[in-house]
Amino acid sequence: MECAIQMKHVTKTFGSVTANKDVSMDIYKGEILALLGENGSGKTTLLNMIAGIYYPDEGEVLVNGKQVEIRSPKDAYDLRIGMIHQHFKLVDVFTATENIALGLDSKEKFDLKQIRKKAEKICEKYHFEMDFDRKVYAMSVSQKQTLEIIKALYRGADILILDEPTAVLTPQETERLFKVIRNMKADGKSVVIITHKLHEVLAISDRVSILRKGEYVGSVKTSEADENLLTEMMVGKKVELNIERPVPENPVKRLEVRNLSVVSEEGVSVLSDISFDVYGGEILGIAGVSGNGQKELLEAIAGLQPVVEGGSIKYYNAADGSEPPMEVVGKNPKIIRSAGIHMSFVPEDRLGMGLVGSMGMTGNMMLKSYDRGRGFLTDRKKPQDLAESIMKELGVVTPGVNTPVSRLSGGNVQKVLVGREISESPIVLMTAYAVRGLDINTSYTIYDLLNRQKKKGVAVIYVGEDLDVLLELCDRILVLCGGRVNGILDGRSTTKEEVGLLMTKLQPDKVREKAQGEAKEEAQGETKEAQREEKETKKETREQEGGGKVE
Amino acid sequence: MSNSQIKEPLMRVVKRDGARMREKVAARAAAILLALVLDALFIFFVTGQNPISVYGVMFQETFGTKSRCSWAMRDLVSLLCIGIALAPAFKMKFWNVGAEGQVLMGGLVTALIMVYFGNRLPMPVLFLVMLLTSVAIGAVWGLIPAFFKAKWKTNETLFTLMMNYVATSFVACAVNIMRGQASSLGKLNMGNRAGWFPSVFGQRYNINIIVVIILTFVMYFYLKYTKHGYEISVVGESENTARYAGINVAKVIMRTMAISGAISGLCGFLIVCGRDQTISTTTAGGNGFTAIIVAWLAKFNTFYMALIAFLLVFLQKGAAEIASAYGLNDYAASIITGIILFCILGSEFFINYKVIFRTGKGGKTA
Repeated sequence: MECAIQMKHVTKTFGSVTANKDVSMDIYKGEILALLGENGSGKTTLLNMIAGIYYPDEGEVLVNGKQVEIRSPKDAYDLRIGMIHQHFKLVDVFTATENIALGLDSKEKFDLKQIRKKAEKICEKYHFEMDFDRKVYAMSVSQKQTLEIIKALYRGADILILDEPTAVLTPQETERLFKVIRNMKADGKSVVIITHKLHEVLAISDRVSILRKGEYVGSVKTSEADENLLTEMMVGKKVELNIERPVPENPVKRLEVRNLSVVSEEGVSVLSDISFDVYGGEILGIAGVSGNGQKELLEAIAGLQPVVEGGSIKYYNAADGSEPPMEVVGKNPKIIRSAGIHMSFVPEDRLGMGLVGSMGMTGNMMLKSYDRGRGFLTDRKKPQDLAESIMKELGVVTPGVNTPVSRLSGGNVQKVLVGREISESPIVLMTAYAVRGLDINTSYTIYDLLNRQKKKGVAVIYVGEDLDVLLELCDRILVLCGGRVNGILDGRSTTKEEVGLLMTKLQPDKVREKAQGEAKEEAQGETKEAQREEKETKKETREQEGGGKVE
Repeated sequence: MSNSQIKEPLMRVVKRDGARMREKVAARAAAILLALVLDALFIFFVTGQNPISVYGVMFQETFGTKSRCSWAMRDLVSLLCIGIALAPAFKMKFWNVGAEGQVLMGGLVTALIMVYFGNRLPMPVLFLVMLLTSVAIGAVWGLIPAFFKAKWKTNETLFTLMMNYVATSFVACAVNIMRGQASSLGKLNMGNRAGWFPSVFGQRYNINIIVVIILTFVMYFYLKYTKHGYEISVVGESENTARYAGINVAKVIMRTMAISGAISGLCGFLIVCGRDQTISTTTAGGNGFTAIIVAWLAKFNTFYMALIAFLLVFLQKGAAEIASAYGLNDYAASIITGIILFCILGSEFFINYKVIFRTGKGGKTA
């Protein structure tokens, strides 16, 4: 096959961090190539060098067999390379047409009508749907992505690079995107997809190239690969891709949320009339397209978000119900703590909310306990002991307990945060996107930690974005859509499609209410049976082994 | 396609990963050395004098004699005191550019009490009243913008800056009233010297020096080891983290600015009683702004602040001295100071980044 792009011995460093080391990789014409690697393995950096965002420190890039210097995205477009970044580069207040027109070669006559006609032709060819008069701020994430793709095609891109295109899409939207990608391939274009999701790689690509810690590991034909092989290449050793799901043991109600509504500062309703219960010894998953109220829900429970009058969050401290429930609404985190409510919260924004980046582990251990004790001075001895024990137990890699945590890698940052939250021996543990950006090993460490808490009888709330993980880890899954509870599903019997549908389509009120009631019953009774079935099906899938060849 | 013509970019800037202590010291030393060389060139081409001897004069005139040295110390502590006042606010990322006004207000109430109660109150009571009122008014001057920031998220930079002009106008007005028919105000209470600091070890302003040295230790300790200091660090790093930890952000902002303003007010009291024995719109003399550089360069460590303040005072005084000694314009002194500051601030860039030049294939660091 003919090569569209060849990279030879490409190296790129940032300070002391080597993002790519001596990578030599080819992209063929007319293929769909998946670039696979864990977070931080240098996938995006590598392709950013082709797209003109970064300039390699060493090595060379050949396009169509000719050596080139790509110094800017414009150079890349001149070579017919277009990249769709994870964070879209669109002007919010412009329409679709205006965004396409932006940055076109000034020699061309600026004629919006002409541009629009040309863009519409592209849409027809690849079966896109696009409203060209709509402003970007009024578009959904999936529409914005489509617009970015049209933009790249308009500029004549023959090689399209998509950086984690499915991270923000629902299963249905992903399927639509894959169709478009196949159309482009049929038209002879090369498509590169950066991803760390194995099943997507297997579903769409022709070939997989794998990076590990910035180095090129190898390429495999997708038809000859399976999940085990790819994971092994990605991580460098065999990984047990099995998330444990013990059956909840005598679940007791720990949290009772009723009619919770939250209005944002701009006066927009972000949560309306949320009601659900959380039981000790279970993991309650919360699914939803990002920005559908997950953040506000957890923040409201943690006392960080003002709640509309009428809502209530009741916390049950005693397992046997001997103590009256405590109301959480109206308390700030400090009051919640001093009232004896044992609630821990691992927020989404680790360094912006959960930790203080400029402080070391010791300083961060003090965050929730610094005001204990009478005196004017802080006690640093106990936090330091705690920091050292967390460092040892969770294997946090850091030069010392006083090294600023912002200098640690994402996985270690999360270990510090989760370690602190668990050390408070919570009764309710809330986590938001607990494994976002973490490598596979750390992710499984976190799942394991959550499961251990669950076995101890902690009520765990897990807000996640990876539906596969939610379906494997959680006992029940609450789906948020448009700030409402759109259904509570049994994690053992539901399917990805069902969850995906609930994420995007708001059910009529009656159906939703009924579903909420049923799910509650189910959680109590049917879990054990479902668990047994689940285990058996899993075993079967594990047993299917396949071999793949490295090219 | 004509891309084969494109060459590797001439120069690229790359972020450095946490420079080591030795590199930091080396970069700063190099900056000062470079500044001295540039200044030497400037001096040579403008005056034709031997730069080394000019630097000699500069040092001689600033620290040469015992009394000159003690004057330099006097000015140093005025600057350092304001730097100490700014440290907690800046550590909290509250851009308090209103120290000038806070000092003036502290000085103003001190002067008013000195004039109108100087003869009526016994000395200890007089000092106590001046101290308390100056601290209180400074705190209020700092608290006003903090209150608006905490309640309505107003921009503190503009707010504190404008409060300076209000303070200056108050002082101008009071000075005009106090001087009556006289052409200038002159020293207050010239007759009985009521409200003047007693002289300690031969100078009145030695009290200022002692007070500021104590403050240097206290503020270092406050920021590093107290619960308040911890709260200030957290709020400065991220308000969301502070809320998450249950810290009352509004309260911390207001409390910290009250402290910041109070120390500035105290500085006004020290300047009026210990140094000037009078008040004017130039009592703070721009130190409220210079102190921002002091606080920032020292990264809010009060002991580093003392070093930076020392360097700045030496430059200001020394440059002014050589300007007069060699018949240069005042601006020449400003240029000399400016070059040194530019180099020191510029060295921060090289501590955080490195520049890679084109060298055919593969880059060499510069």
